Amino acid sequence: MGGRRSVFVVSMMAFGFAFLYVPILSMIVYSFNESRLVTVWGGFSTRWYAALLHNEQLLGAAQLSLKIAAINATGATLLGTLAGLALARFGRFRGRALLTGMVTAPLVMPEVITGLSLLLLFVALEQVIGWPAGRGITTITIAHVTFSMAYVAVVMQSRLATLDESLEEAAMDLGARPLKVFFVITLPIVLPAILAGWLLAFTLSWDDLVISSFVSGPGSSTLPIVVFSKVRLGVSPEINALATILVLIVTIGIVTAGMYMQRQERRRERDVQQAVAARG
Amino acid sequence: MSNARPDQRTEARQDTRAEPYVRLERVTRKFGDFVAVDDVSLQIRRGEIFCLLGGSGCGKTTLLRMLAGFEQPTSGSIWIDGVDVTGLPPYERPVNMMFQSYALFPHMTVEQNVAFGLRQDRIPRAEIKERAGAMLELVRMREFAGRKPHQLSGGQRQRVALARSLVKRPKLLLLDEPLAALDKKLRQHTQFELINIQETLGVTFVVVTHDQEEAMTLASRIGVMNHGEIIQVGTPTDIYEYPNSRFVADFIGSVNLFEGRLVEDEPDYVRIASDELGGAFYISHGVSAAPGAVVWVALRPEKIQISREQPEGDGDNRIAGVVAEIAYLGDQSVYLVRLASGRQVRVTQPNIVRQGSAGRITWDEAVWLSWDATSPVVVTQ
Repeated sequence: MGGRRSVFVVSMMAFGFAFLYVPILSMIVYSFNESRLVTVWGGFSTRWYAALLHNEQLLGAAQLSLKIAAINATGATLLGTLAGLALARFGRFRGRALLTGMVTAPLVMPEVITGLSLLLLFVALEQVIGWPAGRGITTITIAHVTFSMAYVAVVMQSRLATLDESLEEAAMDLGARPLKVFFVITLPIVLPAILAGWLLAFTLSWDDLVISSFVSGPGSSTLPIVVFSKVRLGVSPEINALATILVLIVTIGIVTAGMYMQRQERRRERDVQQAVAARG
Repeated sequence: MSNARPDQRTEARQDTRAEPYVRLERVTRKFGDFVAVDDVSLQIRRGEIFCLLGGSGCGKTTLLRMLAGFEQPTSGSIWIDGVDVTGLPPYERPVNMMFQSYALFPHMTVEQNVAFGLRQDRIPRAEIKERAGAMLELVRMREFAGRKPHQLSGGQRQRVALARSLVKRPKLLLLDEPLAALDKKLRQHTQFELINIQETLGVTFVVVTHDQEEAMTLASRIGVMNHGEIIQVGTPTDIYEYPNSRFVADFIGSVNLFEGRLVEDEPDYVRIASDELGGAFYISHGVSAAPGAVVWVALRPEKIQISREQPEGDGDNRIAGVVAEIAYLGDQSVYLVRLASGRQVRVTQPNIVRQGSAGRITWDEAVWLSWDATSPVVVTQ
């Protein structure tokens, strides 16, 4: 019985993984394709990687995307943390329901609408106060912060809600003023959540296409915009090479983080065992 | 371990400084329409262990949090050592608190936790190290100084939390259910350790608890709370032997309460007729109530004797009944005796003779209950 069941489980798992990863694998394989035609195998080659190194447009777009993603992640983390803090810690203040709604609205708002409304706002602002001048990095970053801070706020609110409030009270009781309590107690404890929020905001910005295309201007095409416009004109093997590199970076990141967390977990377990042994 | 009995400790403390050290004056705290603490006035003496005892939601924790400064009274004032601290935030009060959850900072070591309070006062580094070390020594946690809180057992965490809250030498230490998170054996041991430490340092303790046994062991005085009010303040003996109301009599330990009517009221004795009892109580102390008034008589189960033979003497302070139920608890047995009136009376007797010996009272036996004239307590409310 166990044998048959495990065959079933294994095959389902294989299907699942295949469903998720075969497309990526085929893309990686074709990135080493000699042929210019994406769908025809013409032998092994790394020429598209070399070509990629000389493709100023793609590299420039990647650089721009990284820059926007980093600025956005930092700004969104700052604002999102403050919003999460207000929602989790300040009790029932005037306008709390409104803030909750406003903070979570971008999560459910269709991107097209967010993008369009931001575009209208930027155009109107330019006409009235002359800022932001045209569409570019600034407008894209502002737009990204607008929607990604909502995700950070939600992450932070749920983390702070599970944080024992008596920790902060204990620090205050021992003589620390509220601001010091925040920096010495609250912040270090929720730091992992802040980092998670930062990474989340970074990825949201990194692969955003819809909102970016509304608020970008000439000369400020992010990587997703460039890739998407290239794909429309026919897939170039360079894109495969680029995607493979990105997949590689992401994989290294995930594996490293996984290994680090596993080590932490093991150390924690060992500590708990020690504590139990020392008891009594 | 301290061998001092609570009443001895109380006497030792009461004789010296009797002026109030902590004073609450008509303190009220409302949350919206809900009155958590209702017009409480209270005086706590220097160096005593004062227990606030009550069920959940009785306002004891809110009262404690007002002493710590986490809640502000809606009205009234709080004085500590002659200073009005009513409006002061927690970080400016000479008060420290030990939290029920211990609230140890998870990202700091044991030593950093204990030193945290001192570091806020900009004390020289060497002195901080010395004082934190001495405090860890006192709670026997010095060898764990480098550990993080999650590497400690519950009892060890409790000791670190205690060290952290005492290291600033507060004028007043507040303890919120200090022993609730420990298992029973450890709790009994820790109770005496707490008393020892308190006597060593002479800090005034205010303890909040719902556990009457804990309150009786720890406290020099107990304040019993209900619905945001303090019902009675007194030594553990006062509270147990002379409850001032049905609530206190019923809340502390178990009690048989009988409704009755005052029939004779002399300065040195009273007689109370009770239909519930089917007889009368003769009590050797006077009460202040109008003749004929409805009163309640509280009679502790352990103060009733149970026997097969009819006691000698005249007719009060005795009643016949039938044993309805027996619970054997090892050190003592609980008898539920049904009276002719239908009322069941709870009686506890220590098991001096080993169980199973011949001649013990058993189910459905006709028995006599009797008690001393000093045993019953009359409560009027």
